Amino acid sequence: MIDKNIDQLKRLKLRKNAEMRLKVYGILSISLALIMLSTLMISIGLSGYSALQQAYVKLEINVDSKKVLDEKGGFSNQKALLVNWDGIVSNSFITNFPEITKRSEKRSLRALMSSNAGYELRQYFQKNPDDLDENITIWLSASDDFDQYMKGRFNTSVDEKDRRLSNQQLKWIDFLAMEKISKLKFNTSFFVNADSREPESAGILGAVVGSTLTLTITILFALPLAVMASVYLEYFAKPGRLTDFIEVNINNLAAIPSIVFGLLGLSVFLGFFGLPRSAPLVGGLCLGLMTIPTIIIASRASIRAVPPSIKDAALALGASRMQAALHHVLPLAAPGILTGTIIGMAQALGETAPLLMIGMVAFIIETPDSFTSAATAMPVQIFMWSDSAERAFYERSSLAILFLVGFLIIMNSLAVFLRRKFEKKW
Amino acid sequence: MSFSTLLLLIIAFSLCSFFFSSSSAFKKIKSATSRPSALPKHYGQYSLAWTLFPAFLLLIVFTIIGPIYVDNFFKQQIALTEASYDKAKIELVLAMIKNISNGSISSDEPKILKLADEYSNYLSKIYLFRTLSVLLLSSILGIIISSNINILKNSRVKVETFYRILFFVSAVIAIFTTVGIIASLLYESLRFFALYPFFDFLFGLHWAPNIAIRSDQVAAQGSFGMLPVLLGTILVALIAMIVALPIGLFSAIYLAEFASKRVRDIIKPTLEVLAGIPTVVYGYFAALTAAPFIRKIGMTLGLDVSSESALAAGAVMGIMIIPFISSLSDDIINSVPQSLRDGSLGLGATKAETTIKVVLPAAFPGLVGAFLLAVSRAIGETMIVVMAAGLSANLTINPLETVTTVTVQIVSLLTGDTEFDDIKTLSAFGLGLALFAFTLILNVIALVVSRRLSEQYD
Repeated sequence: MIDKNIDQLKRLKLRKNAEMRLKVYGILSISLALIMLSTLMISIGLSGYSALQQAYVKLEINVDSKKVLDEKGGFSNQKALLVNWDGIVSNSFITNFPEITKRSEKRSLRALMSSNAGYELRQYFQKNPDDLDENITIWLSASDDFDQYMKGRFNTSVDEKDRRLSNQQLKWIDFLAMEKISKLKFNTSFFVNADSREPESAGILGAVVGSTLTLTITILFALPLAVMASVYLEYFAKPGRLTDFIEVNINNLAAIPSIVFGLLGLSVFLGFFGLPRSAPLVGGLCLGLMTIPTIIIASRASIRAVPPSIKDAALALGASRMQAALHHVLPLAAPGILTGTIIGMAQALGETAPLLMIGMVAFIIETPDSFTSAATAMPVQIFMWSDSAERAFYERSSLAILFLVGFLIIMNSLAVFLRRKFEKKW
Repeated sequence: MSFSTLLLLIIAFSLCSFFFSSSSAFKKIKSATSRPSALPKHYGQYSLAWTLFPAFLLLIVFTIIGPIYVDNFFKQQIALTEASYDKAKIELVLAMIKNISNGSISSDEPKILKLADEYSNYLSKIYLFRTLSVLLLSSILGIIISSNINILKNSRVKVETFYRILFFVSAVIAIFTTVGIIASLLYESLRFFALYPFFDFLFGLHWAPNIAIRSDQVAAQGSFGMLPVLLGTILVALIAMIVALPIGLFSAIYLAEFASKRVRDIIKPTLEVLAGIPTVVYGYFAALTAAPFIRKIGMTLGLDVSSESALAAGAVMGIMIIPFISSLSDDIINSVPQSLRDGSLGLGATKAETTIKVVLPAAFPGLVGAFLLAVSRAIGETMIVVMAAGLSANLTINPLETVTTVTVQIVSLLTGDTEFDDIKTLSAFGLGLALFAFTLILNVIALVVSRRLSEQYD
């Protein structure tokens, strides 16, 4: 008897150990998943936060008003085109180094300023024509390599020949930083500019506007269709082959790779209908087709969650089926539909592949202003920047990711919150 | 008039007819002696529907058909005047005419200039016709309907029938989308298979879509054997599943069977939010952090790791799929009836024994379904592999080497300015068809398998 008891105790211990092991595996997996995901976010955060700042150089500049103003005293774009703004910038910049006279040295010194600095200066005077003829102090963008060096991201251990900045240039930058002529300041151009070839003046505004236009089309297209389809399937569809077929199609479309929707858009919207390439209109339609199943599935679930007694009460009081559905059930199902829509929109906002197919991957300097003008979107912008050669684009791409992910997390948390808040137990 | 102005105009028309009809119905009801059959707003909605929808459909039809019709007309014109031109040349001339007429290029050939002039004239005539017919249709219908309101006729029933038709059409859009996908992929793929033999595509061992520069070159056209591409896709998906399956499954088991409600309430939404991170972010991570890291580790171990290894792309894809698997499996494990657990626990089994010997076998079909959906997702995933996997199609199963996938090839073949007649473009549609068929089969199997679970215990 005693032996058997001991045996049982041993076995019980083994069984309990097995249980512990299973639990530990579970905890390990969850922590592993969370660790990987936090590594992802932290590594992107660390490489991205520095793009919030940007190296600027302080210049003293005096521009003759006769060169740029027309007879009436207004800023003349035609005259401004003829002014050598880059020359003004580099002349002023070079005065910081009176000892430099050699042409080659001057050239490598000039390379430290952004090639867009002249354009920034012109923009400044266009906005503030009163400052013409005055001695003004203005902060203009430095080149991206300058910027990276000031942020300590420039790899100086490489052989001088293989570097983008020579030792002499590094010394000049050190001097400028020490004299407080150049400084890291808040990077406004990132938020007010569209894309650019020069990392120091590239911004996300164009992509943000493009994404907004695209998603407007998506929601206008997908939400009404999806809600109408789910009301039909829940209230009017008679069980039968056609209804079954529609349901199978919806479930299947929800699981089809997004790139296939891009192929559909390319061959139908661009090829057959001849809609313009790279336009938010086409992107929105593709993403709309992609999100319709998501919204339908969520809407049907929340329509089904409304107890039938409500519909029955409405019908008993003489409402038609349509009135029962539209006046009584749909308002009660609205929070669930809203949650599904937010999740679908978040998906569409982060989607890249279909947009690549329909040409929203083009390099576009101008902020799009209509549904048919060429545009790009946030995730595509991230993709393009991370593909660029300049190191300074990496940190911009990381910062753009932080914004996109932050926005998506807000959207998704809102959906989770709404679901909890309006979750009713009938 | 442009599309959007026309649309706004007919919307304005229909709103007018709505207010006019409902107020006139209201007046008639007030002065009537007999009982009306519907509310004033139903009469309004009835005339709104008639003012808006026929005109809207006409507008859409004109917008789509108009330019196509004009193009075909001019193709015939060009073919008539220049009998020597072949199809491609006609297309070229037409494109030139279009570009000239919208002012983006200019030409000094009087013939072409004349055609371009005619083209823009013709197009503006079509657009004028569109404007007139749409506005006429909308206003005539609106006036007829809203001036002939009979309150004895039940317009609510009519409006509801209209709604019902509208709802039905939106439900059928799902079928149209599928049909559209299949038709467009098949159409372009058939054009591809007309240029390139089907079996060479399916079983070819060499993928090099670069078109030859000279026509007398040995490989006069690229070689489009999809097996290496397919193998690369499967390799990357396999690595992803090796990473994601155990982690996702164990997380789901823990969340569903062991975790306290509080832990569950925190972890589950967190994982859901993480599932919403865009794939381009994972791609960025894979290309700029994971791939160099894996390469470094490989170097210290003395291995030769490619900088675009299948391992990096696959592992990061696995991380992406973890939340997908865990949340699907969690739902499935939760849907196993509690009575099964209670029975097992009541017979003296521990929780772990119950989970492994009772709950998991019961959930097995559903889990297989979830697994298949995850595989189909891994195969169709695009951005991670575009950013982290390579372009060269190697026939290898070594995870440290560069491989390419179906989606990478589609993206690289189709980004940039593409011509629809190019064999490279068409081959991308061939790959797209293969991808679609592959994922469709996986999805259908997943659907069938996971339906078994619900049948078993209902």
